[in-house]
Amino acid sequence: MEISNAHQEINITPELQARIDELLGHYPDDKKKSALLPVLHEVQDAHNNWLSIPLQDKVAEILGIKPIEVYEVVTFYTMYNQKPIGKFMFEFCRTSCCAVRGAESLMDYTCEKLGVAEGQTTADGMFTIVGVECLGACGYAPMLQLGDYYYEKLDRPKMDQLIEDCRAGKIDLHKLAIRE
Amino acid sequence: MARKILLEHANVPGIKTYEVYRQHGGYRSVEKALKSMTPDEVVEEVKTSGLRGRGGAGFPTGMKWSFIDKKSGKPRHLVCNADESEPGTFKDRFLMEYIPHLLIEGMITSSYALGCNLSYIYIRGEYMWVFRILETAIKEAYAAGWLGKNIMGTGWDLDLHVHCGAGAYICGEETALIESLEGKRGNPRIKPPFPAVSGLWANPTVVNNVESIAVVPWIVNNTGAEYAKIGIGRSTGTKLISASGHCKNPGVYEIELGLSVDEFMNSDEYLGGMMDDRPLKALIPGGSSVPILPANLIFKNAEGGDRLMSYESLSEGGFATGSMLGSGGFIVYNDTTCVVRNTWNFSRFYHHESCGQCSPCREGTGWMEKVLHRIENGHGREEDIELLWDIQRKIEGNTICPLGDAAAWPVAAAIRHFRDEFEYHVRFPEKIKNRDHFVNEPFEKVKHLVAKQAVI
Repeated sequence: MEISNAHQEINITPELQARIDELLGHYPDDKKKSALLPVLHEVQDAHNNWLSIPLQDKVAEILGIKPIEVYEVVTFYTMYNQKPIGKFMFEFCRTSCCAVRGAESLMDYTCEKLGVAEGQTTADGMFTIVGVECLGACGYAPMLQLGDYYYEKLDRPKMDQLIEDCRAGKIDLHKLAIRE
Repeated sequence: MARKILLEHANVPGIKTYEVYRQHGGYRSVEKALKSMTPDEVVEEVKTSGLRGRGGAGFPTGMKWSFIDKKSGKPRHLVCNADESEPGTFKDRFLMEYIPHLLIEGMITSSYALGCNLSYIYIRGEYMWVFRILETAIKEAYAAGWLGKNIMGTGWDLDLHVHCGAGAYICGEETALIESLEGKRGNPRIKPPFPAVSGLWANPTVVNNVESIAVVPWIVNNTGAEYAKIGIGRSTGTKLISASGHCKNPGVYEIELGLSVDEFMNSDEYLGGMMDDRPLKALIPGGSSVPILPANLIFKNAEGGDRLMSYESLSEGGFATGSMLGSGGFIVYNDTTCVVRNTWNFSRFYHHESCGQCSPCREGTGWMEKVLHRIENGHGREEDIELLWDIQRKIEGNTICPLGDAAAWPVAAAIRHFRDEFEYHVRFPEKIKNRDHFVNEPFEKVKHLVAKQAVI
């Protein structure tokens, strides 16, 4: 993923700071760098789901480590987005087990419906479609990840419904009730 | 045969909560171990049980525990590997999502056995909702006094936290996982030193799979000898199998090791046969890294004996005619599957997931992906099949961690058992233009077009 120079408003709210402090408490005092991955998730979630270079620098400052230590982690792990993405990012699993159960044609269908190619974002900034590697939902294919949750055993009508729900503001990426 | 150890209470309403879990006998193993057993006695029970690591490698868990360095006096850590990412594998997720306290109880009892005061569960970042479930369950366990200072008045302290990754298959390799837990890129370390001597923050560390840890409470409650009675031979106990692909009932099943592959595949208690009753073409029994088996080697081994769901039986015949139990990721393929396309798919996966430290893996996985892509898309050359064989052979055994082997084996097995399909792709490019070529015309119907050649 290329690096973006797009502007990003940085806002470490008291709630976010409290959550970061909670995570830091999980590691010994002299091993705070260990909190980097969970902290990056929280910071990204609170900043429109991407991490600009200034925001990564801010994380380095919070953890008391060098910026390069943050950059090398952000560029290694696929879940950190280095450029702005759509409000709703559909991540379709396309590895074998999903592929043989229709993942590719469902992703093609969704791309066509939204008028974008894989890896692109719709012009209105609402949707991004990405093909990703195994998400560990092999028996419930085809499926996708949206925010913190999986949407499984999908077909075209369910896909249509999900898109409608996103547009209607019914989908919260991070705060769904825990499923029973 | 339907003996349940891990999933015994999976269907109890509310088992996710502390109260219900406790009402069904939860945390008894902690009481028993802390009140009436020494840590070494717990280790002995696990040794006696014959439990083998459920993440894929099958190394005896009790033996792994006995390697932990107690002499140095450094703090020790237990780290649970919940970075489940091997394609075909989704069993740990089921356990953590539906019975989170079973894993937490296992972590406490196992940490006691190993003399740890600070332990972690490392879960893949994509399982974010499960991460939250575990966070909640851990808070409940603290509130109930099973975690924290002076547990049950014994003077023993334990802190347990859940830590999330961020999308990297390689972090399922134990030393990469430790690097990641230290807030770094997931680059595997050169061994030795092994984690048992120098692991997390250079302290002695044991890394175990979710399922291995979750079975410890049962072993402590019922003794290792009882556990060893379940299963067959050196494959003791039960195993979670996650089934996917073209079977009728995909999902997570707990089986007693030694069940026949035939019964698992075809009985209504388990997979119920094939989806749409199409013919079975191939099976990957233990996650994407293990060799694929053609139809004639699935229910019977090369000698005609029954193939069983056990470490030994699935590997009978070595890689020539066998495979491995691996992680229990059981992937079923019917006659519409293109083995070339599927192998390309796996190579793309391994190329994407290679950490990049070792050249044979970093470059080799990319070469295999490219060559397979061109064969699948009708641009293959006859010599590409030999080229693929050569590349995979040069990756295997030449890398720091097993990802290289894991990338090489599927390619080797596909060529070994399905060489004629590769030849068909090379010789009849016009017939494979549509990516669903075998959906429209299964290979069985066109294979007569390919003159048989000797297998390497």
